[in-house]
Amino acid sequence: MKSKSHAFKQQAADALVNVSLQKALLNAKDGFIVKRKKAMDELPEFERLRTKAIEIKEHTLSHLDQYLEYFEQQVIKSGGTVHWASTTTQAQQIIVELCKQANARTVTKGKSMVGEEAAINDALEAAGFEAIETDLGEYIIQLANEPPSHIIAPAIHKSKQEIADLFKDHHKKYNFNSKLETIPEIVNEAREVLREKFINADVGITGANFLVAETGSTLIVTNEGNGDLTATLPKTHIVISSIEKVVPTLEDTSVLLRLLARSATGQEITSYTTFFNGPKRNSDIDGPENFHVVLLDNGRSNMLQNENHEMLKCIHCGACLNHCPVYSAIGGHAYGWVYPGPMGSVLTPIMQGLDEAKDLPFASTFCGRCEEVCPLSIPLPKLLRQHRNHIHHDKLNTSRSRLGLALWAFVASRPALYRPLSNSFIRALGWLGKKSGRFSWLPFASAWTQSKDLPAPAAQSFMSAWTQQQAKKKSSENE
Amino acid sequence: MRVALFASCLVDLFRPNAGFATVSLLENAGCIVDVPPEQTCCGQPAYNNGDKDNARDIAKQVINEFSDYEYIIVPSSSCAGMMIKHYPQLFEDNAEWYKKATDFSAHCYDLVTFLHDILKITSVPVTYQGNITYHDSCSSLRETRVKDKTRHLLACNEKINLLELGNPEACCGFGGTFCVKYPEISESMVNDKIADIEATGADTVVSGDMGCLLNIAGRLKRLNKPIKVFHIAEVLAGMTGIAAIGDADDTKKSEPSS
Ligand code: SF4
Repeated sequence: MKSKSHAFKQQAADALVNVSLQKALLNAKDGFIVKRKKAMDELPEFERLRTKAIEIKEHTLSHLDQYLEYFEQQVIKSGGTVHWASTTTQAQQIIVELCKQANARTVTKGKSMVGEEAAINDALEAAGFEAIETDLGEYIIQLANEPPSHIIAPAIHKSKQEIADLFKDHHKKYNFNSKLETIPEIVNEAREVLREKFINADVGITGANFLVAETGSTLIVTNEGNGDLTATLPKTHIVISSIEKVVPTLEDTSVLLRLLARSATGQEITSYTTFFNGPKRNSDIDGPENFHVVLLDNGRSNMLQNENHEMLKCIHCGACLNHCPVYSAIGGHAYGWVYPGPMGSVLTPIMQGLDEAKDLPFASTFCGRCEEVCPLSIPLPKLLRQHRNHIHHDKLNTSRSRLGLALWAFVASRPALYRPLSNSFIRALGWLGKKSGRFSWLPFASAWTQSKDLPAPAAQSFMSAWTQQQAKKKSSENE
Repeated sequence: MRVALFASCLVDLFRPNAGFATVSLLENAGCIVDVPPEQTCCGQPAYNNGDKDNARDIAKQVINEFSDYEYIIVPSSSCAGMMIKHYPQLFEDNAEWYKKATDFSAHCYDLVTFLHDILKITSVPVTYQGNITYHDSCSSLRETRVKDKTRHLLACNEKINLLELGNPEACCGFGGTFCVKYPEISESMVNDKIADIEATGADTVVSGDMGCLLNIAGRLKRLNKPIKVFHIAEVLAGMTGIAAIGDADDTKKSEPSS
């Protein structure tokens, strides 16, 4: 998908006045937070697990090339193939080519954020394949022709009614005409439509939460079980993933899984955890004949070497989105690309360019809650700050804000200048605001006063009142 | 003990009473308070906008001005966080200044930590009576980590009835220049905060950071809510006799403060 992150400001403002979106956000808001908290309260060893998880990730990232090679060897051993894509275009080409080799018409897809990152659906459709999302949330947004608004709950911005309306429009052609009122009715109808697709699919594409090096397995967690059908029914199974998802051993994987489910949905363990290990063997009852893993780099090996490397520890749990007050206020679409919230505000400038996404790193109060809840303790505020430093350094911010900052800093670093200036400013403002105690409008502060009064300062600053008081004290002592 | 007060620019300009209340709390506990004259701001506006050079200049000036003091007290968690955690980070590639910054930061305290951990005060001359609620600023939760200490101090006076917010971990939407860069998002966040404040039934909201206080008071007053807003130093020092933040000056009617 083409980035719209440059229009973040407008998109955020629009999101705030979008009534149905606000309602959906309100419904979602506390659910995730409360569930995560409950799960964490029941996990006294959380900090220990977190430390262990950080160790695992840091170790793996510092030997990433070795573990990736090991993973590839193991995949080959089990009869599969690994394809390396350094760009999203390459990933698209590889997958389109594999679908052609499979003589595919219909391609089913399990949820994959890397698939979104590489815009696989667009590429498949352009090449003439029918690509169907099978995760309910992904299916809904595919019908709506929208990107996901959350990394684990892609259709969280949609109300029940909106979904029912979408189904009504799109399922007519399958002779579904009943009025859908409850969630089970919606789920059932989706199931029936998708069942047909599962059976007819020639290729199934899934993502991967982790890649286990020692076994050459790819692993997904879902709550719907759709991923299993996507992977096992078609003749060809393609896994699309990114290089930082590799983990050395099964034991390491279990540590990360325990943190992932709790951080994401507050579940102890996600309903389905499925390992895929190469194509069907003779002893297997089902499974694909061909097994491919496409590993996307898309700038990640650069990140490994630079100041953004900590972001590669991300296990895509979504906790930072759920606890972000900015995300909760505007939802995911305003961010303009695939990854929203704090992790998205770090990743989008890296993957789409700083200039394109320069408003995202500033869409944070640095409240720090994201870092606090992140199961890998990724210092998201620090990473956002690094982006801000580059934006300022490369002069990508507006000349107005640069000038304001420069003037302020010039004065603030010169106390002899700051004192008289601030004193007269405060005296004037304090005098003007004395009667009401606040300003409802000020010429230089309209961004503040558009929604808030500005409390009036006292007519005399603390420093000046203090100096006066001390002088008085001294002279009375001398008398 | 001799201590230095770094008033912070917002207390200096918007709420001198909170500065005097800080002095009063420190003097009551036996401190001699100096206010070094060459202080302006801790540099957060530059630092948070990616302007490290200017942030460094301001940090150097603060460090130089305060370097002789054993205890540097700041009535703000966000400025204290800046001085304690971020000053050293600013100088990571300058050994000489890195050392100066880490030495300096070891002597910095936000007011609550200092009252609680160093002065160990157990009684405060609270004159304020009534139902208050407390807004934990994000830096007080995650940088200076004074959530419980604040509660202990407030509990020193049983006249205060503290009614906790339903969602005490949520940011109020100030965020320094964030609130003027994204006024609509900030408004939505402070609206949530105000709904939470109102739900407690408290008549006063108290916090330890002037930025949050201006933000919350500004929105409360725009909405014509009667809830009063005070800095925690004012409440602890019993200096709530003046108009609350954002309220009209009606001191003539009430008791003058000390
Ligand atoms: S940054 Fe941390 S909290 Fe956010 S999605 Fe990644 S792992 Fe989860």
